[in-house]
Amino acid sequence: MNLTLKIWRQKGANDKGKMVDYKVTDISEHMSFLEMMDVLNEQLIAEGEEPVAFDHDCREGICGMCSMYINGEAHGPDRGITTCQLHMRMFNDGDTITIEPWRAKAFPVIKDLIVDRTSFERIQQAGGYISVNTSGNTQDANAIPISKHAADEAMDAATCIGCGACVATCKNSSAMLFVGAKVSQYALLPQGQVEAADRVKNMVAQMDLEGFGNCTNTGACEVECPKGISLTNIARMNREFLKANLKG
Amino acid sequence: MSVLDAKIPKGPIKDKWTTYKDKIDLVNPANKRLIDVIVVGTGLAGGSAAATLAELGYNVKAFAYQDSPRRAHSIAAQGGINAAKNYMGDGDSTYRLFYDTVKGGDYRSREANVYRLAEVSANIIDQCVAQGVPFARDYGGLLDNRSFGGVLVSRTFYAKGQTGQQLLLGAYSAMNRQIARGKIEMFNRHEMLDVVKVDGKARGIIARDLVTGKIERHSAHAVVIATGGYGNVYFLSTNAMGSNATAAWKIHKKGAYFANPCYTQIHPTCIPRSGDYQSKLTLMSESLRNDGRIWVPKNMDDVMAIREGKLKPTQIAEENRDYYLERRYPAFGNLVPRDVASRAAKERCDAGYGVNATGEAVYLDFASAIQRYGSEQAKIQGIANASKEKITELGEKVVEAKYGNLFQMYEKIVDENPYKTPMMIYPATHYTMGGVWVDYNLMTTVPGLYCIGEANFSDHGANRLGASALMQGLADGYFVLPYTIGDYLADDIRTGTIPTDSPEFDEAEKAVKDRIDFFMNNKGTKSVDHFHKRLGKVMWDKVGMARNEQGLKEAMAEIKQIREEFWKEVKVPGSADELNPELEKAGRVADFLELGELFAKDALMREESCGGHFREESVELDGEQKGEAKRNDKDYAFVAAWEYKGEPADSVLHKEQLEFNDIELKQRSYK
Repeated sequence: MNLTLKIWRQKGANDKGKMVDYKVTDISEHMSFLEMMDVLNEQLIAEGEEPVAFDHDCREGICGMCSMYINGEAHGPDRGITTCQLHMRMFNDGDTITIEPWRAKAFPVIKDLIVDRTSFERIQQAGGYISVNTSGNTQDANAIPISKHAADEAMDAATCIGCGACVATCKNSSAMLFVGAKVSQYALLPQGQVEAADRVKNMVAQMDLEGFGNCTNTGACEVECPKGISLTNIARMNREFLKANLKG
Repeated sequence: MSVLDAKIPKGPIKDKWTTYKDKIDLVNPANKRLIDVIVVGTGLAGGSAAATLAELGYNVKAFAYQDSPRRAHSIAAQGGINAAKNYMGDGDSTYRLFYDTVKGGDYRSREANVYRLAEVSANIIDQCVAQGVPFARDYGGLLDNRSFGGVLVSRTFYAKGQTGQQLLLGAYSAMNRQIARGKIEMFNRHEMLDVVKVDGKARGIIARDLVTGKIERHSAHAVVIATGGYGNVYFLSTNAMGSNATAAWKIHKKGAYFANPCYTQIHPTCIPRSGDYQSKLTLMSESLRNDGRIWVPKNMDDVMAIREGKLKPTQIAEENRDYYLERRYPAFGNLVPRDVASRAAKERCDAGYGVNATGEAVYLDFASAIQRYGSEQAKIQGIANASKEKITELGEKVVEAKYGNLFQMYEKIVDENPYKTPMMIYPATHYTMGGVWVDYNLMTTVPGLYCIGEANFSDHGANRLGASALMQGLADGYFVLPYTIGDYLADDIRTGTIPTDSPEFDEAEKAVKDRIDFFMNNKGTKSVDHFHKRLGKVMWDKVGMARNEQGLKEAMAEIKQIREEFWKEVKVPGSADELNPELEKAGRVADFLELGELFAKDALMREESCGGHFREESVELDGEQKGEAKRNDKDYAFVAAWEYKGEPADSVLHKEQLEFNDIELKQRSYK
């Protein structure tokens, strides 16, 4: 198929940036979206132009590196996938595809389609851990039974890949699905109880400091999340937050 | 030829590690604050090492090329992590894990290291649970296990099909705690481009800030390389696009010997390639072989009809299917080790029985598992005379709970529903057992320079068992390196900060800058990928699943030629003082073009078949094992450690003779 691509080009953080049109031809429906971008970049290199910079790495939907806003949707059309898992069979011959970077105050553009997501790092550093040192003498892994239900639910929350699609897709640029998922994973497990109150307070404080917006329950984040992280996690975080603040 | 000293402690194998730990020099907590350690790479090995060293009190500087440590390719490991917990009560023990690993590695690993690995494996699970890693549990609330290839017990702990992700996030959370305290200084989007040696010791690195292009000097008292394997030398592999061998290759060029490069794991269950544009291959976890049965049609007519789209695999009757693994290896069946399964798939496809258009695919079929689980569920739920549809429905639910995300991944890529029709799979490069040579302390041949995880030549011999990579990465990082590095650093408590304005740093930085300048100014006409793809094709065709003398000699010559052409013709757009992915790739491919040739040279030298290394000249000619790989313990029971001498072809071989005192050398039979 032959396609027209409208791509955001921005030289660096301080550049103004603009949309630029490109044409690609003979694209196979079996290609992944990023392989289509590879074709474009090879073409640009051959023409002596600078290729489009975009983040990507594992190309199997788990590293969370890829981050394109395609035709107005985080990770493009199709659900439960990242951009690297999006296939060209989702498009038709002659289509025009608009490709932009994540848009959020807390994710400044570094170059073209690459944004800076270190705000997520700082939120995790604020409390996204259980304070246990490495030693060969922690208690036996089976010493504390954890119900299958709680373990499965914690696992569902823990599958977040930190890609930032939730933020990009939210009209408020809220990071509450991301933070809610991490808070929930630990809140659901006995190991996480000891530091639960401090964790939720510190992570939320850092989230606000980074300039992320608030949640107004539109649920767009859940729809676009490649791992299907549930809104329930935001509710749980709010509960934990309230509990932590009431207890003082 | 010199003899390499592996520094294996004396005494019975069961006591070596304990005795060693009792006798090493320690650094007192106050002095640890005076010591800096650089960790390059933040996957399971690097991440766990950085966190643990920081907890101990060292000042750690950690480097990752991605925008976060959480994105290292360990994250993509699906199936699980082994540990000799014997929670299932099926006869597992430290010795059995040790034995399975040595046997699985085709008797080409160092006994003392493997025993230590098995010994600390149980601690890893305890540690990870304490960190909040949500491993799968059964209804009683205890941890669940599954079985993997090459073993007869269930010792694999898992978190759905995302075990690597959960373990890495565990190590990442431990890192975050130390980053917040300032004990780890994290350098994201940075790439190490050389190591700096002062007075023969590793004392720092030269790194490039990938966003600004700035070349930076970082000093430390010791340097740890944890940058993963070199599978991307094949261009197409299950590795991440950015996975590279640059750090490992740079230290090789500065004196670290490179061991067994020819030991590469070609994983049997990957999604087959579909076209020339393909950028990477996707793994389907080995755990699928617990329930999936591998087959091709028995009759050539059926093969042809399938390729032409006239016949569906589900229409082929049981008696017309060749479950070739069950046929050839009745004892292990579909759960033979990876190298055996891969070669068996290649054998069937080479014989013409491949089931897709390219002729390079076999079926992985879940139909009988779905029926089996379905019937079981019907009984549990008390459904009498359940219909076939009901049983299928119930069975699919069980399979979905076990492998749901893998099935979804398959469906998104191939556009077929694997619940209804068998998956198509084919082997692909996945893991490299070879790597930087290290002694028992995980130190390379350069003092103060350590190498851990997949990047070292490791504990897996010539073939790694499933779910053992995660085990080794975390064992090295959490439980081995933090002890062994202290023994070395005990001599450095009075050294003080290593200055970066020395001639050694000047020289290393100049070499790095010169190379970048060369790339930016070269007036070539071909992209980096052009050369990488050509290298990959030579590697796959001639240094792939089966190798022979003639092909390997040709490969060496061809790789050299591609390399020479690369340096004349490569074209790198953009500039050096900005984010420039093409420039990053150019440096990595330049190193792969050297490593590939050494790889072929090593494969040529090793005139035996062992593990992932299969020489067509070395097979069993008769008896029950006819056609199987033939090892040669008399001449090749050694680790081949190569010393860099300018050109890959001129590398000098050093042998570490392997001694087997606790395990008898035997032919590896899975019949």
